[in-house]
Amino acid sequence: METFTRENHVEKSANGQQAAERFVPPVATVRENAEGYTLQIEMPGVNKEGLELWIENNELTVVGRRAQLATAGNLIHRESRRENFRRTFELDPSIDAARIGASIDQGVATLILPKAERVKPRKIAVS
Amino acid sequence: MSLIRCQTPEVSTWGSFDRWANLRDEINSFFDGPSWSHSVAAAQLSTGWTPALDLYQTADDIIAVVELPGLRKENIELSLHDGILSISGERKEEAPEAGQAARSERSSGKFRRSISLPTRVNSEKVNASYRDGILTVTLPKAEEVKPKQIQVNVG
Repeated sequence: METFTRENHVEKSANGQQAAERFVPPVATVRENAEGYTLQIEMPGVNKEGLELWIENNELTVVGRRAQLATAGNLIHRESRRENFRRTFELDPSIDAARIGASIDQGVATLILPKAERVKPRKIAVS
Repeated sequence: MSLIRCQTPEVSTWGSFDRWANLRDEINSFFDGPSWSHSVAAAQLSTGWTPALDLYQTADDIIAVVELPGLRKENIELSLHDGILSISGERKEEAPEAGQAARSERSSGKFRRSISLPTRVNSEKVNASYRDGILTVTLPKAEEVKPKQIQVNVG
């Protein structure tokens, strides 16, 4: 079984606006079991309103926009990145794209990507 | 003393730089505190992960903002000792039912950050909130270090 995430590093520049905005790729973990794949993506500062997902040409793109933090005052020290998050994954053909579910909790997006019924292991009754 | 401010903001917090941030914290806290407990912290040096930390200052407060995606509030610990703010905690590994990891980039296990605060703070009034995977710690400055407007009365 090939993994569903042959990652696509090619940035789409068909849309001029998208090409202008800079993103950082978020870290992600992919798990697989008999039912499907679970993709967890770390996007600190992103909530439900800032999470955008779309599928195009069998590629799943995840964009996370950070909620504007009302942190007043002068910056003394910075390690965090200001850019929004973006990453594209190529979907394995076994995934039923119509049933993909997503949620986000404390800056971690969880995507459930179920395998299509036709590819699930199935026992055949012998009559 | 605060070695932390020497770091340029451009330094990436991703990848192998994490270790150096951690080491820097350890060195900072070693020089700042007399406690022997640092040897315990040093033992975790090679196993932990290092969340990104920003520090802000207003007239009244010092504000620490830490990226801690996917933790439970209960698993974050804060302490303030001798002007050093320590943030520690643990991210648990996923349950095995979730399936085998085909690709694993997320860090798990313990983390610890210690930063020496640039001014004295009122430890009684520290406030922390955790939202969207970001921990915000607001530390009100001690009264004696707050900037004060002095009224000049010309007689």
